[in-house]
Amino acid sequence: MSELQPIIQLTDIHAGYGGMNILNGVEFSLNPGQIGVIVGPNGAGKSTTLKAMFGMLHCSQGSIIFDGQDITNKPPETLAELGMAFVPQENNVFQTLSVQENLEMGAYTRRDDYSHLIEQVYEIFPALREKRNQDAGELSGGQRQMVAIGRALMIEPKFILLDEPTAGLSPLFMSEVFDRIIAVNKTGVTVAMVEQNAKQALGFAHKGYVLAGGRNRFTDTGAALLADPDVAKSFLGG
Amino acid sequence: MNELVFFINKALISGLVIGSVYALGAIGVTLIFGILRFAHFAHADLMTVGAFVSYVLMALMAAAGFSAPVPLAFLAMFPAMVITALLAIWLDKTFYKPFRDRGSNPVIIVMASLGVTLMLQGLVRLFGGTRARSMYIGENKDIYRIPFPGAKRDLILTEPQLLLIIFTIIAVITLAVFLSRSRLGKAMRAVSDNPDLAQITGINTKHVVWTTWVIGGTLAAAAGTMLSLDVVLKPDLSFGLLLPIFAAVIVGGIGQPYGAIAGGMLIGFSETFAVFNWAVLLRPFRDSFPDWFELPTKIAFVPTEYKLAVPFFILILVLIYRPTGIFKGKVM
Amino acid sequence: MSGSIFQKYARDFMLAGGLFVLILLILMLQGSAYTSRMLVEAACYAIIALGLTIQWGYAGLFNIGIMGFIAAGSFMFMFVSFPVNERFWNSAGPGMLVEPIVTLLIGVALIVAVRKLRMIPGWLRTPLTVIIFATTYLLVTAGIDPAAKVIESEAGFIGGFGLPVFVGWAAAGIIAGLIAWFAGRICLGLRSDYLAIATLGIAQIIKTFLKNADWLTNGTLTVSPLPWPVPKPIDGNFTEARSIYLALTAAFVIIIYMLLERAYHAPWGRMMRAIRDNEEAASSMGKDVNKRRLEIFVLGCILMGLGGAMLITFTGLFDPSGFIDLNHTFLIWVMVILGGTGNNRGAILGAILVYIIWVMSEPLALSLFDLVRVYGLDWFGWQAPGDLDSRALQMRVFVIGLTITLVLRFAPEGMLPERIRQD
Repeated sequence: MSELQPIIQLTDIHAGYGGMNILNGVEFSLNPGQIGVIVGPNGAGKSTTLKAMFGMLHCSQGSIIFDGQDITNKPPETLAELGMAFVPQENNVFQTLSVQENLEMGAYTRRDDYSHLIEQVYEIFPALREKRNQDAGELSGGQRQMVAIGRALMIEPKFILLDEPTAGLSPLFMSEVFDRIIAVNKTGVTVAMVEQNAKQALGFAHKGYVLAGGRNRFTDTGAALLADPDVAKSFLGG
Repeated sequence: MNELVFFINKALISGLVIGSVYALGAIGVTLIFGILRFAHFAHADLMTVGAFVSYVLMALMAAAGFSAPVPLAFLAMFPAMVITALLAIWLDKTFYKPFRDRGSNPVIIVMASLGVTLMLQGLVRLFGGTRARSMYIGENKDIYRIPFPGAKRDLILTEPQLLLIIFTIIAVITLAVFLSRSRLGKAMRAVSDNPDLAQITGINTKHVVWTTWVIGGTLAAAAGTMLSLDVVLKPDLSFGLLLPIFAAVIVGGIGQPYGAIAGGMLIGFSETFAVFNWAVLLRPFRDSFPDWFELPTKIAFVPTEYKLAVPFFILILVLIYRPTGIFKGKVM
Repeated sequence: MSGSIFQKYARDFMLAGGLFVLILLILMLQGSAYTSRMLVEAACYAIIALGLTIQWGYAGLFNIGIMGFIAAGSFMFMFVSFPVNERFWNSAGPGMLVEPIVTLLIGVALIVAVRKLRMIPGWLRTPLTVIIFATTYLLVTAGIDPAAKVIESEAGFIGGFGLPVFVGWAAAGIIAGLIAWFAGRICLGLRSDYLAIATLGIAQIIKTFLKNADWLTNGTLTVSPLPWPVPKPIDGNFTEARSIYLALTAAFVIIIYMLLERAYHAPWGRMMRAIRDNEEAASSMGKDVNKRRLEIFVLGCILMGLGGAMLITFTGLFDPSGFIDLNHTFLIWVMVILGGTGNNRGAILGAILVYIIWVMSEPLALSLFDLVRVYGLDWFGWQAPGDLDSRALQMRVFVIGLTITLVLRFAPEGMLPERIRQD
């Protein structure tokens, strides 16, 4: 046992849609303040693992512990109250609301003064400050991702789940978004993310998970996975 | 000049009045459409019900010997708005929400709203009878005559018309402030924009749904009452309003309250312009026409009895050329 | 194996048996003339309900303008089969109508040419269409108005062409189908609520037109007596004539039912259901969803026009104000969803049952309200309003609405649910 209790721990998770299992016993755990990256081929169950964590689909077997509490099959609303935030891959901003309003919506459940949090988000994502009054739908893809992550940060989450935050971004924006995610992590937030650009993401991941067929294939530190020739051959494109 | 005054009275003012009624109805329908994703066919009947509630309250006030500088029915309208809003929330809870919870196809909810339409219609006529009623008991409808420079005729504006126009302006400004400044208003826009994300974000959908019905119900009651004040309270008031209101919603873009206002005005003015006798405006220039041209006594695009075809025609044009509406509503 | 045919269709048999008993009861209480009239009308409604059940049940199309298609079909039947009005043909009317009709045809031809001809650049098409449309509209209305005045004053209205009833019925189906084709072309690609709004509008406009175009339809003066396809009742012997008419309508119902069942189980029907149940999957398989929908929408509306024509043929009276949403749209919806959406037998049995209840409920509501009036006065000294009878009928509006919401909520499959076959 390490001194640190894991903040999130998935044990033997089985879950799927409409009776068809996609996850067949996934394990996942992160210590507070870590970045965990899930990689793997299409259909491996990466996004499904995130959705299972955030209560968006029913787990038929297994348990999820978050911050010492059993949260298996708890609805997203409850999880948000406990300090989990989820950033979906697509349609993750309110397009017809301004950047500022998107952030305010992120703080919808708060009844206290959250203006310092908005200020914090603008410090992490300086690009958003200039665009604060622009509709989120008018922003570039990378900036939208930043709005989406910023919105999720508004509840001051302990743990944030990102589903392919760089999907469809050009390499330049991709590095920018990764930088921002690391910056978010530096503020003490634990991050779990699914990523297609495995090489870069594993480069800064504290822990890496390679999934295939709804099961864990490799689990190690990010650097170790990158160095592993088996992983490289089968999952990182040589 | 007389002709110009006639034009202002018969076309501009009537267009503004009926356009305001459509706009007030369309705001509710478009918000419901945007947030609950179904065409609320019973909306026009909420207007009738609201007008009837106003009528009953007005009659009670008149019986109690009340008098006021504005029509009693206008005063009665405000409690009637509250009652109609509560009714709307109750209708949603009883007749629409069970289908949403079950995850029914939106078409089923539209159908349920048709059922509600018939029920409301039946009840209104059962208790209110089928004849038309005046919204004035022992009061007179004030008429303002504003002299127009250089014309023998006066500009004519009735009190309910004036009240309606003022009310609409205030309602629109209030709504705009509410949607752009308040927490709940922004949440409404968020739910309308992206319901899934709104849920993940923790926005309380229940409050948003209630607010939607409150806005829809109050504006419907106000529109119904003031239309009845201006003309007369009829139990079949609603059915003729349904098509223009839906046309206004689609023209304006579904889920777009400002679009609904613009759409309502567009439909209102189109209707009055289409049936307006344009020959009147040409009459002053009679002498300058060539001899072979005889000015007809009536030049109207559409005979009055086919007024209903105007919103329909506009609706069809929008559906063909720009199904998202002028203000780029949802493509659903 | 699934047992005998009786077990498989137990619900169908029970429902049909129950209906049969109900009809026998009415026959004993009300006599044969009454019962045969009720049954003929119920059979006509069954045809209309079949039209709706294929639109709604097979394809999920939301038509709330049934009244309009019924009215259009009824008018077309009257126009084709009503005896020739000699006074009209001897008046100046026909000559005056030639010009607007020719103008209309030229206008339509020009618009079609503008839309189809490749020579015309794309940007020019819309403005050209608008100009031609507006000019044609102005010229046609300017031509029709004086002609209408002449016809109305000299001949009353145009009258019909005196063609056989069956030709009129066919024309009724065709006109309803044509209108549906135009409406469907515009609305079927869009969300289903739009079709509802559009059909609602079409129905209102058709009715308004029929009510106001006195020169063509005799407007509120109504047209009667309409010709029958079978001998009319002589010397008040209604039962025999009505029974023959009933046999005819029943034959229509059965033939239409059998054709629809065949189509339902044919590849065409399977494709329809595939589209309804999963539009995305169907369209990704390369099926032209909108074209299939258009087919079924037109087909359904043809049945509505036909059923409507058969209905007014039987009553013998064409009255444009007689078409009302309640009787001719919502009542049919109740028949279909109560009978069982997507089930043809359900639509037929539902139509008969609902129509019987509908007919019976009128005297029932009146006598109920009479009781209210009497006891209200006796017990509470309540003076009933003078229009109590017309209010009593509004009770039925309420009940129809309530039935729709209750069935949707608690028995969404209706009495005879659709049988999903693994074929």
